[in-house]
Amino acid sequence: MALPQNEVLAHLAEIVSEETGIDQADIQLDKSFTDDLDIDSLSMMTIVTLAEEKFDVRIPDEEVKNLVTVGDAVTFIANQG
Amino acid sequence: MTQMTIRRGPEFSRVLGLGAARGENLVTNDDIAGPIDSSDEWIRQRTGIVTRVRAGADVSVLDLAEQASRNAIAQAGIEPGEIDAVILSTISFPHMTPGGAPTLADRLGASPAAAWDISAACAGYCYGIGQADALVRSGQSRNVLVIGAEKMSDFVDPTDRSISFLLGDGAGAVVIGASDHAAIGPTIWGSDGSRAELIRQTNSWLELREDPTLPFPTLRQEGQSVFKWASFQLAPIALAAIEAAGLTPADISAFIPHQANMRIIDQMIKQIGLPDDIAVARDIADSGNTSAASIPLATERLYRDNAVKSGDLALQIGFGAGLVYAAQVVELP
Repeated sequence: MALPQNEVLAHLAEIVSEETGIDQADIQLDKSFTDDLDIDSLSMMTIVTLAEEKFDVRIPDEEVKNLVTVGDAVTFIANQG
Repeated sequence: MTQMTIRRGPEFSRVLGLGAARGENLVTNDDIAGPIDSSDEWIRQRTGIVTRVRAGADVSVLDLAEQASRNAIAQAGIEPGEIDAVILSTISFPHMTPGGAPTLADRLGASPAAAWDISAACAGYCYGIGQADALVRSGQSRNVLVIGAEKMSDFVDPTDRSISFLLGDGAGAVVIGASDHAAIGPTIWGSDGSRAELIRQTNSWLELREDPTLPFPTLRQEGQSVFKWASFQLAPIALAAIEAAGLTPADISAFIPHQANMRIIDQMIKQIGLPDDIAVARDIADSGNTSAASIPLATERLYRDNAVKSGDLALQIGFGAGLVYAAQVVELP
């Protein structure tokens, strides 16, 4: 069953904020992890791992490059949940 | 029927002495940033590396191994002839055969010690400690010399953005012998060959023979996947090593992981739940990633920085290409 997108966004924003110090309010669906939020590849892997644990989903390493925006990640996680 | 009479080993083993040797050239990030279109700032931020040590063209991996070994033997207070096994862990000895260990044993004056190489990449030193501990306790060997030695600069591609810019040269060695108390904990080790491609040689020697236009083989890695594996999946291995030694994280005085990336080290500390006041090996900042040599080199550095003392309990964990991993708790000599 898919998870509600707003719930996924809220929890993902917590994880991103915890890892990077970025204000949760700035973590929105249309933001690019790299271009807008300045998150590097290793922080991205940390966020992915913490999201896997939080949502009990599996995000394959080869999928991470496709998660360009926060919305991409939210959609992927929501559809897995 | 006549039965065999065989020697039985001591109940415990310990590290009797430690030695180290580093490449003599300090290579800065600026020195190597050009061909990979990078910068000092980018490399520091992603890896924690400020410089890496590299050996000159006239220094071989066996030269580094010999220097570290002589220091370890001297600190152990034994004669080279008292060593009856030599385990050389390396992935940069440039001959498939013979291995480097017999030549090293001969150069040290340790012949006719049993001598062999092991190829377990960045876990190789901890694999060697596990073997040496078992050899001593079984009675097979009395004093075992374990060396992690690498001249990784012979196998780097200056244009590779995945791993080459991390790598340095050096060797660390220890002598393992009998102990009257438990001083090397059980080795928790393993492998995952399904992920062998994560850290690999670009092409095989056979492929190079078939197509001489191929570049000389060097290393590559899938850095993000390796980061995720090392940072998050090895904490249970480290905790198992602590538990197998009858300890808790609060008993550990020093954390000496393979020096792969400062951010892996930081994340491992969190994941394992190590105390804040523990001594942490961060030799990668100055020495780079020296593969099998990194843990003993980082240990030697902790002594030099007065961060550890004899008798401290150190958790060491190696991990790398294979994938392979090994962890144990050791009492520092």
